[in-house]
Amino acid sequence: MNNLIFHLRDAPVSAWVGIVIVAFYAFLAICAPVLAPYAESVSVGAQYQTWTSAHYLGTDALGRDVMSRLIYGARNTVGIALATTFLAFTLGASWGLLAATLGGWFDTISSRLIDVLMAIPPLIFALLILTITGTSVVALILVIAILDSTRVFRLSRAVAQGILTMDYIEVARMRGEGMFWLIRKEVLPNAAAPLIAEFGLRFCFVFLFISALSFLGLGIQPPTADWGGMVRESAKLIAFANFSSWESATFGLAPLLPAGAIAILTIGVNLVVDWVLHLSSGLKE
Amino acid sequence: MSDTLLDMKNVMIEGRSDRQWKPIIKGVDLSLKRGEILGLIGESGAGKSTLGLAAMGYTKGGCRISGGSINFDGIELAGASNEALRQLRGKRIAYVAQSAASAFNPAFKLINQFGEAPVQHGVLSKAQAQSDAIELYRKIRLPNPETIGFRYPHQVSGGQLQRAMTAMAMACRPDLIIFDEPTTALDVTTQIEVLAAIRDIVREYNTAAIYITHDLAVVAQMADHIKVLLRGEEVEQAPAREMLSNPQEDYTKSLWAVREFRRAPRPPRDVNETPLLVVENVSAAYGPVKVLNDVSVTIKRGSTVAIVGESGSGKSTLARVIMGLLPPSKGGIVYDGTALEGVGSKRKRGLKRHIQMIHQMADTALNPKQRIKDIIGRPLDFFIGLKGAAKDARIRELLTLIELDPDEFMHRYPSELSGGQKQRICIARALAAEPTFIICDEVTSALDQLVAEGILRLLDRLQRELDLTYMFITHDIATVRSIADEVVVMQHGVIVEQGTNDDIFTPPHAPYTELLLSSVPEMDPDWLSNLLAERAEESAQASLT
Amino acid sequence: MNMNSIQSIILKRLFSGLLTLWIVTVIIFAAIELLPGDIATEKLGQAATPESLAAFREKFDLNRPVVERYISWLGGAVTGDFGISLSNQRPISELIGQRTANTFFLAGYAASIAVPIAVISGMMAALYNGSVFDRVLSGTTLAAISFPEFFIAYILILVFSVGLGWFPSLANVDVDTSLGERLYKTFLPAMTLTLIVLAYMMRMTRAAILNLLALPYIEMAHLKGIKRWRVIAVHALPNALAPIINVIALNLAYLIVGVVLVEVVFVYPGLGQVLVDAVSNRDVTVVQAACLIFAATYILLNLLADILSIIANPRLLHPR
Repeated sequence: MNNLIFHLRDAPVSAWVGIVIVAFYAFLAICAPVLAPYAESVSVGAQYQTWTSAHYLGTDALGRDVMSRLIYGARNTVGIALATTFLAFTLGASWGLLAATLGGWFDTISSRLIDVLMAIPPLIFALLILTITGTSVVALILVIAILDSTRVFRLSRAVAQGILTMDYIEVARMRGEGMFWLIRKEVLPNAAAPLIAEFGLRFCFVFLFISALSFLGLGIQPPTADWGGMVRESAKLIAFANFSSWESATFGLAPLLPAGAIAILTIGVNLVVDWVLHLSSGLKE
Repeated sequence: MSDTLLDMKNVMIEGRSDRQWKPIIKGVDLSLKRGEILGLIGESGAGKSTLGLAAMGYTKGGCRISGGSINFDGIELAGASNEALRQLRGKRIAYVAQSAASAFNPAFKLINQFGEAPVQHGVLSKAQAQSDAIELYRKIRLPNPETIGFRYPHQVSGGQLQRAMTAMAMACRPDLIIFDEPTTALDVTTQIEVLAAIRDIVREYNTAAIYITHDLAVVAQMADHIKVLLRGEEVEQAPAREMLSNPQEDYTKSLWAVREFRRAPRPPRDVNETPLLVVENVSAAYGPVKVLNDVSVTIKRGSTVAIVGESGSGKSTLARVIMGLLPPSKGGIVYDGTALEGVGSKRKRGLKRHIQMIHQMADTALNPKQRIKDIIGRPLDFFIGLKGAAKDARIRELLTLIELDPDEFMHRYPSELSGGQKQRICIARALAAEPTFIICDEVTSALDQLVAEGILRLLDRLQRELDLTYMFITHDIATVRSIADEVVVMQHGVIVEQGTNDDIFTPPHAPYTELLLSSVPEMDPDWLSNLLAERAEESAQASLT
Repeated sequence: MNMNSIQSIILKRLFSGLLTLWIVTVIIFAAIELLPGDIATEKLGQAATPESLAAFREKFDLNRPVVERYISWLGGAVTGDFGISLSNQRPISELIGQRTANTFFLAGYAASIAVPIAVISGMMAALYNGSVFDRVLSGTTLAAISFPEFFIAYILILVFSVGLGWFPSLANVDVDTSLGERLYKTFLPAMTLTLIVLAYMMRMTRAAILNLLALPYIEMAHLKGIKRWRVIAVHALPNALAPIINVIALNLAYLIVGVVLVEVVFVYPGLGQVLVDAVSNRDVTVVQAACLIFAATYILLNLLADILSIIANPRLLHPR
């Protein structure tokens, strides 16, 4: 981590753009109650107001302030995605590192199991399980975290296997080091950079995935403000977009606001990830 | 035939790294007459391959020719059009790569790859190319020349592939061939056949050649002149014989530093002392593949035993069995009268510390994310139980012992060290456990000559000061001769011959030892010719009786 | 002898693919069993009479042992009979037959645009590595992996439907729609899918070719003075086949799934819509059927890709 901060000085413009985007979203999410002019899910005015003062981004079908909902959305959508990614990561990375280090039948069985789980497209699998569990936030986090941990398992296992072929691991093994020492002191420090990058990529995936589910009406449920759900709620308005006047144009753009919010954050994270990957791959152009 | 074929003047080549151009070749002249062979020699990073490729007007990706002229038979190659260069390549200038296995396209038969250049350049028809291929295969002494061309590259052995590639380079009867380390990846006994084949065919067709290698003894057999390169600059050039008998520059002399090394004499020891380590009838296998078959070695305290063999002989596997990384399927290891567990993790820590190992590649043997003091400190903590200030003091002692300044090196990471320094750190780590027995697995083979000599000197001094016992795994016969008390020769997982240094190196030898020893190139320009004559005579005699 | 080893590799892969498929059917079927409580009470509510519960169980065949029901479910699924819907009690095959065809049509439509463009332009990007074209490609890839599918869809709608009025924003086709009209109405959804996979496919094709061009035998071909086009056509392409096949199959599999969201945006009567509706209604039997079709397609496409790339590998074709 120290290295990362040290390298910040030489970071290219693209990385800085990414860092600024991510920092901005984090700020929104953390300070949502302070920043949002209105409450999250309370009707505060007439429905479908245009982008004028008091409601700078208008109001929605229930007369809720869109800007406030967007700000709270940062907290809800990003928060849930982050929690899911953390869970998926803890699960997948520790299992993957363990499987690679232990090897033998544990590794074989784990890998076979993961192969089968990964043979099912994640969206389909998630829909199947959500049918059973219902669409509560906890179920959502658990289901997606477990599905996503398979990808983390694959990567961390591959990374660890690459490191485990190194002679310094053999030296440690000959010395008689325990497995947790091996993982903690020899494998993890060398796996850190690719794992940090993978965390970013996984976050993007989870974040898009949850947004997609919410868009389908199967993710985070109303009245909680959530970007995917906001796209769904305002989707029909796009047919009324009309560039003849400011009011009609902004009215029709309603679904693009939350969708754009999703897209920009994902781009920001990807830019940072690219930079971290570039750093960890050495001096490649 | 005395006209100049290739004349390179003040050639400069740059490579791109870190977003800027850095010089690789810094103004080198090279001139070659028709039919002449020039040996290009230097250590890793000298730029010899880059210079060799520049003779074809070619640079690797990310490099460019930034200055000078390359005149091939009146044609200027620097800055020539791609089409002009293309018409020369393969037809008048050919290339033989280091790794034939990856330089042949896996999707096509050898003979079709042979025919591609002559057919595409309009020199031969497809049918002519086929019969020519068989002719050249015969001349280059490939087995079954009529049929071998109809195989795919992965169906042919490494030494044969390298000869097939030389034949392919000959297809258009070029004026010049660039040989880029053609035998570096081969074992010595295979190398000799390839060397002989290359030399004969180049002479027969009076082809000029640039022969690139890091092995002075090899180039001595092949070249009329030798040019020594160091970091992109010429050190000196001289006729081969002159260069060997009377090198001018110190750097050139250092190129055979390891061969000159002789260790200090040892005081005689008590003959009746119990052996330190005994390998008893060990057999071992990786899954179904048997790698060691009934191997027994006895190692005396304070001695150096060299294990010699080519790739696949099982010499490294023997080290793994001793270290407990691969449990033997039969037999066992006895250390100082105590039988060791086959599985390393079951061995007692106090016993384990006595046996340490140093790897070939110091690069991969040091964790890049740990500082030197942590790397050396861990075995101190683990085996000896040293902590805090006592540990730091001992780390300093060890660093001083391996001739590195503690203040300078303690807090560094491995990436901030040179190859030789890294290997010294590996030695210090092994010493930290206070061992009696150290396995050195090809510890000098990845290093340049002068650095390797330094490591051997250090190991020799440590052995005398600390009464260490070494098992030295190597394929380098010169090193063996200079440092070993006893020698074990292995082939295909079996011990072919073992005995004292004198026993092994004085005839009569076991047949394989004979082959191995005689195949090691010597610094004598006539060595290859003499050896081939000798072998021909022997086989003639054999066929008579 | 030669054919035996490649045959056995293919057979092994075939076997493991089919085994995976079988395990997946077990997982999908087992899902219904894992429902907390009992489907009958779940569906009919707490107020249901014992008689109506019994009738429900009879109708949905819940009284027999699990294994027996699994076997008859699997047997039915193989022949296209997925049982009856829990919600509207009609045969599922009737519900999803036409819609499955629609989904495959849309995915196939998108693939037939995306695959040729992606493979050809990916190769161009590799051959002209570092050019402007190459840089544009890496930029669009970033956008493609960052934008949610519905974002791309709505932008297309905004520009081509609402703004320019060239294409309809709703892809409402039915059995009687002619092919021409079908292609016209589904153009925007097909474009959305194309945009989603195009950049991926191009980038992967480019990477595969670049890897290949860096190999020593390609350099050797250049050093033999072989013409550039011949190096690419004769030396690079046959060896690039396997990686490119993989890229295509991977993305086709992705298309099949990406279709779900796009169908919802464009209100296209496909299998994805059915699946999403069934999940909200907790219509378990329909969910099972739709999941099975999606998962099976995905697995079979991956299996096909693996087998094709085994066949395209010269080292396996001509063993020692």
